Amino acid sequence: MEPEEIEQQFRTPAELVALVEALIFVADEPITSKLLADVLEENRESVDAAVEELKSEYEVREGGLQIREIAGGWQISTRTEFHEAVRKFLKTRPSAKLSLASLETLAVIAYKQPVTVPEILDIRGVQSASAIKTLLDKRLIVAKGRKEAVGRPMQYGTSKDFLIQFGLKDLSELPSIEDFEDLTQGI
Amino acid sequence: MDQDQYTFDFLDTRAQIVGGSSDDLKIKIGDFAGPLDLLLFLIKQEQANIFDIPIARITEKYLEYIRLMKRLDISVAADFLVMAATLIEIKSRMLLPRDPTVSEDEEFEDPRQELVDRLLEYEQFKSAAGMLYERSTIEQAIFTRGPIESDDNNAEIDASVFDILTVFQKIVARHVDEIKMEIHREEISLADMLKALRRRIFETGELNLLAFFEEMHTRRELVTAFIAVLEIVRTESVKLLQNRTFGDIILKKI
Repeated sequence: MEPEEIEQQFRTPAELVALVEALIFVADEPITSKLLADVLEENRESVDAAVEELKSEYEVREGGLQIREIAGGWQISTRTEFHEAVRKFLKTRPSAKLSLASLETLAVIAYKQPVTVPEILDIRGVQSASAIKTLLDKRLIVAKGRKEAVGRPMQYGTSKDFLIQFGLKDLSELPSIEDFEDLTQGI
Repeated sequence: MDQDQYTFDFLDTRAQIVGGSSDDLKIKIGDFAGPLDLLLFLIKQEQANIFDIPIARITEKYLEYIRLMKRLDISVAADFLVMAATLIEIKSRMLLPRDPTVSEDEEFEDPRQELVDRLLEYEQFKSAAGMLYERSTIEQAIFTRGPIESDDNNAEIDASVFDILTVFQKIVARHVDEIKMEIHREEISLADMLKALRRRIFETGELNLLAFFEEMHTRRELVTAFIAVLEIVRTESVKLLQNRTFGDIILKKI
């Protein structure tokens, strides 16, 4: 559409930063640069630059909020240091932690995905059925189809919620499993 | 697994699983996430080298711990017992003299090797679990804003097939009341109906289902329209939305 295109030509970098901030603010889930670019009819490069600019503005300002890259998108959230006051206001308590068994199972799934129940058993040396159920209920893992093997066992992998709840950009942000070897040598 | 059938009888039957249904035998086993976890703990406690596990001593400690657990969660117990059996097997294999028929060139395989590999791999994932725990603790101190009211989290309800049927019946009932003289009958095929429906939805982004059904002149057309709606929802990126219970159903482009 003609008028919008003209308007866009007059959009200064600062205006783009402001627009990006507004959209990240209203988005319910982390919003991707691609979606920002589509909505604003801008190219990815200028949107990415605007997000970076916004991010550093937040950092310089040292305010109560921060811009974070989560699950492949951008999100505005409070800073960790203010959690007590925020929690007091929201009247929430930290939600129930996952059990040791669930965390271990989640770790195996996160690093070995797609992975089947017998494969998880091999690594953990213990049945993980109830842990898997908990993780499915919490939507941290999802079924990823069946493996073409005897019995066609179901395979599991981590979900987008997993990335969001563990504050990860993407799976590659997980430290490599080999890095945990150093800890092992201590025994 | 036939866990109820365990009549546990190894090593002086000091380790006992009291029979009965598995339901009334549920207790958690310490803080150990599994047999490998327990084994790692014992190795650490004994200050043993994981690459040179004093298998006799560790096996003894392991069995001691199992004996301590008077009442066991059966399903977990089974996994713990498998490990006990593995340990005993390794222990006995280590006591055996080397097979003289095996040529000397062949490398001597330590019976503990497989267990060590499993322990090392497990330890990695245990550390990874610890890392996830820390991450989730940090994440719990971070808050995003509450939900904003928008089209998506509004009172919109996904309409079910039954909701469409209700709308359909409403229209049919209305048609019955009308006295009609059919002069000629223009047949419209399902393909044509689908085409028309698709055009309508994609022109405006959404379409009121009731209004669309109203446009139909005959029962036959109505049925065709109805099938077309089911078909388009099934095959294309169109969803059915209802703004409130019993409200109008909207066909919306996704």
